[in-house]
Amino acid sequence: MRRLAMIVLVVAVLAAVPFTEASNAVLNFLVVALLIALAGQGWNVLGGYGGQYSFGHAAFFGTGAYVTAVLQVRYGVNAWLAFALGIAAGALVGAVIGALTFRSGLRGSYFALVTLAFAEVLRIVASVAPITGAGVGTLIKLDLRHEALQFQSRAVFYWAILGLVALSLVIAWAIEHSRFGAWLTAVRENEDAARALGVDATRVKLGAMTLSAAITAAAGCFYAQYFLFIDAGIAYGPWISVEALLTAIIGGAGTIFGPLFGALLVRLLGEAARLVTGDAPGLDLVIYGAALVLVVAFAPRGLMGIVADIRSAFRRPAPRPTAEAAGG
Amino acid sequence: MLSPVILIPAILNGLLTGAVYALIALGLTLIYGVLHIINFAHGALLTAALFAAYFTQKLFGIDPYLAAFALAPLFFVLGYALQRFVIGPASHGDDRNMLLVTLGLAVIIENALLYAFHADTRTIDVRYSFETIAVGGSFLALPRVIGLGAVLIVALLLWALLRLTDTGKAIRAVAKEKLGAELSGIDVAHIYAMTFGLGTACLAVAACLLIPTYYVNPHVGNAFVLVAFTIVVLGGMGSVPGALIGGLFIGVVESLSGLYLGESLGQIGIFLIFILVLLVRPSGLFGERA
Repeated sequence: MRRLAMIVLVVAVLAAVPFTEASNAVLNFLVVALLIALAGQGWNVLGGYGGQYSFGHAAFFGTGAYVTAVLQVRYGVNAWLAFALGIAAGALVGAVIGALTFRSGLRGSYFALVTLAFAEVLRIVASVAPITGAGVGTLIKLDLRHEALQFQSRAVFYWAILGLVALSLVIAWAIEHSRFGAWLTAVRENEDAARALGVDATRVKLGAMTLSAAITAAAGCFYAQYFLFIDAGIAYGPWISVEALLTAIIGGAGTIFGPLFGALLVRLLGEAARLVTGDAPGLDLVIYGAALVLVVAFAPRGLMGIVADIRSAFRRPAPRPTAEAAGG
Repeated sequence: MLSPVILIPAILNGLLTGAVYALIALGLTLIYGVLHIINFAHGALLTAALFAAYFTQKLFGIDPYLAAFALAPLFFVLGYALQRFVIGPASHGDDRNMLLVTLGLAVIIENALLYAFHADTRTIDVRYSFETIAVGGSFLALPRVIGLGAVLIVALLLWALLRLTDTGKAIRAVAKEKLGAELSGIDVAHIYAMTFGLGTACLAVAACLLIPTYYVNPHVGNAFVLVAFTIVVLGGMGSVPGALIGGLFIGVVESLSGLYLGESLGQIGIFLIFILVLLVRPSGLFGERA
């Protein structure tokens, strides 16, 4: 219950930001950071709790974004419905890729490769298929009405993405406190042992992948609605696969708050790099890459691990190890 | 159907392209065979090698084919150092961490090059760039024929190194049974780094063979590395003959599907093969059953 209270607290603090004197630039920064946090939480469900490292979450992000945009632009579907269908389509893509890969028993390097390949196939298809607008991309018409899921004020967009992030935090919390989550962690720690104990590993991984894809797809749907423009390079590009993974790993894979704090930190570093170098491309990503290597090398449990270490350092030394300390 | 007049040159050209693919895949498969991880930094290191070959020609006027003799040892040292001092220590012996570290390195290298040289595409001029030779009625670009020859020589050298030297023996021992090799006194960290160095040296040679007819920009390696992944998976991860044959085969497939489907969809043919092989026979054509 303490974790749940933490979620409420963190979300409440973030929700108060628009009431301060925050400029549009700050809000915009936070919207993008939360968007990445949401995509990262999707990655975290599969990669953090399930140990299946996907290098191609762009497949889900892009599917969400394209379905949301194309349904509105070409078929006149209501934006809210398009948003929901985008999430469903992302989940479906996740289920299909998951069914194909997990049934063939692909793990580790192979799994990373095959997810990467699926994302690339989708990117190439989207860059030539007429329905996606091919190379030109898809532009959603500006229509600032609530029915069209577009808002005059940036604050409303901000609260919307914050709401989605809050939901994803609760999902992560629920995973940690469910039987499904226990199975998933067992599969991560030792798949063969988990199978021997009667865990249906394929089904558990498939469930995690579908949920993971749905969450990342929601980030894609929101991207389309917020920026009103997508093309193949944005929607299915490797950047989002890398950022989703990066935020989760840097924040702490397999923790509730890891992706959120990871996204905020990574995006802050990126902004700092941009301040130093102006608009020259590349340096922010160099820093992201370096942060990833450094975290893996020196803080394998990410930011959340560092926080836990600091907290335990300040706690009075316990006479003997307690169950709570082992919970991490 | 197309007439043989078009088909045969397309196949021959595919084989020539495939030879360089094979060399890139050779480095990848070697690393996989010993370290059991996929080196996601392979593409970025290829880009770095292409830049190195480009600048040795531009700044010092050294012919790329000559530069290969300097760049291959240089990239061997680079690869050795990366594995020994960065990838190895950073990943604490966990395969998943190795994947992440190589991915991180790829992001760093690619974007450092982007930052330093911007997104411009660069080419070099050498007098033989456009020379052709006639083989059985079809004209083939001379640099690519040279490339095929060089790839065969490198493959032969690599084979000799793995078969005939003590280091080669140690590499094969670590690939087969890491713990056993360690117990018999082989320095596994050193062998890992040697293997990584050899794989990276292959890239330097490939870059020198590519640069006379190709171009370089900070993202150029990605196109090659996805093809190389396909080859490695098709030929069987860790299999050297698999990489060679897979490379030639994929070169032909790309050339033919480009002919029938057009340039951008031609790539999809490769990916579909890739996904199909991974799903149906992940151990590849020449690999041992996983």
